[in-house]
Amino acid sequence: MPRINSTDELKKLRQKILSLRDPNKPCISICAGAGCIASGAGEVIVAFNAEIEKQGLKTDVDTKGTGCPGFCERGPIVVIYPEEICYLQVTPEDVPEIVSQTIKEKKVIDRLLYVDQSTGEKAIHESDIPFYKNQERNIIGSNIKIDPKSIEDYLAIGGYAALAKALSGMTAEQVLGEVKKANLRGRGGGGFPAGSKWEGSRNAPEKIKYVIVNADEGDPGAFMDRALLEGNPHSVLEGLIIGAYAIGSHEGYVYVRQEYPLAVENVNIAIKQAEEYGLLGKNILGSGFDFTVKVHQGAGAFVCGESTALMTALEGRAGEPRPKYVRSNVVGLWGRPSVLNNVETWANVPLIINKGADWFTQFGTESSKGTKIFSLVGKITNTGLVEVPMGITLRDIIYKIGGGIPGGKRFKAVQTGGPSGGCIPEELLDLPVGFDELTKAGSMMGSGGMIVMDEDTCMVDVARYFLDFLTDESCGKCVPCREGMRQMLKILTNITQGKGKEGDIELLEELSETAREAALCALGKSSPNPFLSTLKYFRDEYEAHIKEKRCPALSCKELIAYHIDPEKCQACMSCFRKCPSEAIVGGKNLIHIIDQEKCTKCGTCFEVCPPRFRAVTKISGEPVPPPIPEEARTIVRESKQK
Amino acid sequence: MSEIILQIDGKEVKAKEGMTLLEVARSAGISIPTLCYHEKLEPFGACRLCIVEVESRGSTRLVVSCVYPAEKNIIVKTRSEKVDRIRKMILELQLAHAPDAFDLQELAKEYGADRGRFEKEPSFCIHCGLCVRYCAEVKKKNAVGFVDRGIRKEINFIPEIASKECWNCKECFPLCPTEALQAAYVLVQALAFPSQPASEE
Repeated sequence: MPRINSTDELKKLRQKILSLRDPNKPCISICAGAGCIASGAGEVIVAFNAEIEKQGLKTDVDTKGTGCPGFCERGPIVVIYPEEICYLQVTPEDVPEIVSQTIKEKKVIDRLLYVDQSTGEKAIHESDIPFYKNQERNIIGSNIKIDPKSIEDYLAIGGYAALAKALSGMTAEQVLGEVKKANLRGRGGGGFPAGSKWEGSRNAPEKIKYVIVNADEGDPGAFMDRALLEGNPHSVLEGLIIGAYAIGSHEGYVYVRQEYPLAVENVNIAIKQAEEYGLLGKNILGSGFDFTVKVHQGAGAFVCGESTALMTALEGRAGEPRPKYVRSNVVGLWGRPSVLNNVETWANVPLIINKGADWFTQFGTESSKGTKIFSLVGKITNTGLVEVPMGITLRDIIYKIGGGIPGGKRFKAVQTGGPSGGCIPEELLDLPVGFDELTKAGSMMGSGGMIVMDEDTCMVDVARYFLDFLTDESCGKCVPCREGMRQMLKILTNITQGKGKEGDIELLEELSETAREAALCALGKSSPNPFLSTLKYFRDEYEAHIKEKRCPALSCKELIAYHIDPEKCQACMSCFRKCPSEAIVGGKNLIHIIDQEKCTKCGTCFEVCPPRFRAVTKISGEPVPPPIPEEARTIVRESKQK
Repeated sequence: MSEIILQIDGKEVKAKEGMTLLEVARSAGISIPTLCYHEKLEPFGACRLCIVEVESRGSTRLVVSCVYPAEKNIIVKTRSEKVDRIRKMILELQLAHAPDAFDLQELAKEYGADRGRFEKEPSFCIHCGLCVRYCAEVKKKNAVGFVDRGIRKEINFIPEIASKECWNCKECFPLCPTEALQAAYVLVQALAFPSQPASEE
C-alpha cells in the first residue's frame, strides 16, 4: 500500500475503500475480544468460515472478528450486517443454521435472540437490547464494526479524519484549545483536565517532549482499556498523534501491561499499518509533522499505572514512584515534559476534534463532560462493558443497563474506582456518576471499574480483599504504605477471622491517616480507602465482627457454621453425597446432621440442598443447636405408609 | 542563584533556589528527624519521617522536607500535633522490625513511640536504602540492591559483584541505622562464597 501524502489522498483512499465494499453484502461480525474468545468465539469464527466455504458462499459473505461490544455476559456475540441482527451466546453448533437460515433465507433464528426476562419480548437488533439501549456508546460503539487488525476497516468508518482535520486545518494551539474547551478529564483515575496537562507540557521550555498511553490497567475486574486497545487500537493511536501535534512532541510510547497479549499484538499491528500508510513517521499527511510510537510492555506491577512509576519503568528501571514534587508533564520521562494519558482519554480525542468541543460537552455534568466506560462486574445480571454519559445515576447503570442483581438477592454496595476507590451503599444509588460526585461520596471514578455486591458480601472482607491486593502491589519504598498496609491487612484479616479486638477500628483509622498524609504516591495515599469507605457506610458490620464475633453477611468462614434444620431436612442425601469432607452424618430416611468438627465450611451442602427444602442454613454469632438425638432422626414418610 | 526567604518554626531563614526544606532547616540549625537521608545521596523520600507542615497561600499541607523545594514566603512548621502523631506511627511501624536499633530508640523517646505497639517481625532492615544508594551513587558498584517489592522487599548483595568489591570497601556498614546490613552481608558471605575466607585478600 502506497503511503498517503495528503488529506486529499486520505479522503480518496477512504472513498475507494467504501466503493469496493457493498453495503448490502452480508457480513458476519463475531466479537473477538478477550471475553468472547474465552467463551469460544475463536471456534465460532472457524466454524463460520468452514460453513461458508461448505455452502459455497465464500464470495457472497464476509466474516470478521471484531472488537468487544461490551455485552460479555452473553458472549460469543455475533452481529449480522446489513440487517444488524444480533445473536447471543453463539456456539459452533449454531453456525450451520445461521448460515443456511439467516444468511441464505434471511430468516431470524428466534432462540439466539435476546429475550427480555420481564416482558418476554425478543430483540432482533443490538440497539433494541436494554443493555445497549440505555448507553451512549460514542467510543466503544465502533468496536463491533471493525476488525481491529485492519486499518482499512478503521478508515472506512471515518478513521484518521480527525487527524487530517487537525493537521491540515488547525494550529496546534487550536487543537489544544478544543480539548481544553471540551474539559476532557483524565479517564485513568485522578480526573485531571487533559487540556491543562497538555498545555503545561507545551509551554515547558525543554524542546524534546513525550506523549504516553497508559495501558497498564490493573484494577481487579476492570477491562475498559483492554477492550479499546484490543478492539480499536487505531482510535487510541489517532488520539495520541493529535495530542502529540498539540503539544509539540515527536515521540510517543504505549505502555501496555504484558498480561494483555491481544492488546499488545493489536496495537503493534496498528502502529505498523499506520507507519506504512504514512500516518506515523515523517511528514504525516504532508503536514511536515513527524511522530513515531513505540510499545513498551509492563512487567507486571500494578503501581506502574502511577504516572511517575510508569515513567521510571519506561526508562528501564524498577517501577517505583518518584518522590519529587514536580509535575511529570514538565519533568517526566528522562527528565523531559511528558504527557501521560489513559487509553480511554486518548480515544476521546479524535471525537472531540471531529465533532467539536460543543458536541462533546453536551454529554455529562457541569464538571464531568462526555461519556465514561465502566466495567460492570460482580453480582450483576449483565456483566460487561458499558459506556454512559457522565451524570447518569448508579441506579440506572446497575438496574436499567446491568439488569439488576441476579438470584433475587438484594443490592448492598457498588465498589467503584478500583482498589483505591470505595464502596457506595444503597442509599446513595441515585448519585450521579461524575469525578467530583464519587469523590465526595468517599469513593472515586478511578478508571471505571464497578463491582456490584449483594447481601451475601461481607464489607469487612471486601476491605480486607482490596488491602490484600494493594499490599501485594505496593512497591515497598515508603513506610506508610509498605508497613502501614502490612499492619492494616493483619488487623482486617484478624477481624474477619473473629480475632478482632476493641480498639482495632481506631488503630486502623490512625494507620489510615498516616498513609493518607505521608505516603509517597497515589497508591499509598489512597490505600486506606477500601477500609475508610466501608467503615463510613457499614460500621455496624465491623462492630458485629469485633464485638459479637458475627458476620452479618454470613460470609466470613471463621465466623459462620452450617446447620441442617431437622424440621426441614427430608433426608434426600444430596448434601450427604456431595460433602467433600464427609462431615454429614445421616442416611436414607435419617435426618442429616453436620459434624461441626469435620466441617470445612465449603458451603457445598448449602448449595446442593434443594430449594424446596432449604434445610441447610448458615449461623453466625450464636451457638450451633445441638444435634437431635439419634432416635429422633428417622423420618416416617406418610405417603409410603399408605 | 536567587535567594529565597521563608519561615521555619517562626524563624525567618534564607535559602538558595533548588535547596530542599530539610537542607534549609539544617543550615539554619533547625533539626528535622530522618532515617533515609544522607547528604551525599540523592533524596530518597522513603522513610517519610521528615514530614513537615507547609503553609502557603492560606492552605496548609504536609510534605516531606527532604524532597520539597524551598519556596519563597512559605511558612514551615517542623513540629505540630499531626506531624508528631505521624512520626510516632512511622517509628512504631519500623520498631516492629528493629526494636533494638539505637537510632530508632532515640527517636522513639522523643516522639513517645511504643516499640511494642505492633507485633514484632524482626527483619532488622527498615528499607532506608542507604547501603543500596551509597553503593550505587557514591561507589558506583551496585553490589547491593533491593529485591522483590512491597512487604517482601529486602536488600541483597549480588554475589558476583560483592565477591569482587565488598571485602575492601564495607563503607556501607556504618551507614546502616539498624545493623541489618551486616547480618545480610554475613549471610551472603556464608551462602555465596564459603571457600573464600575474608583473610584471603
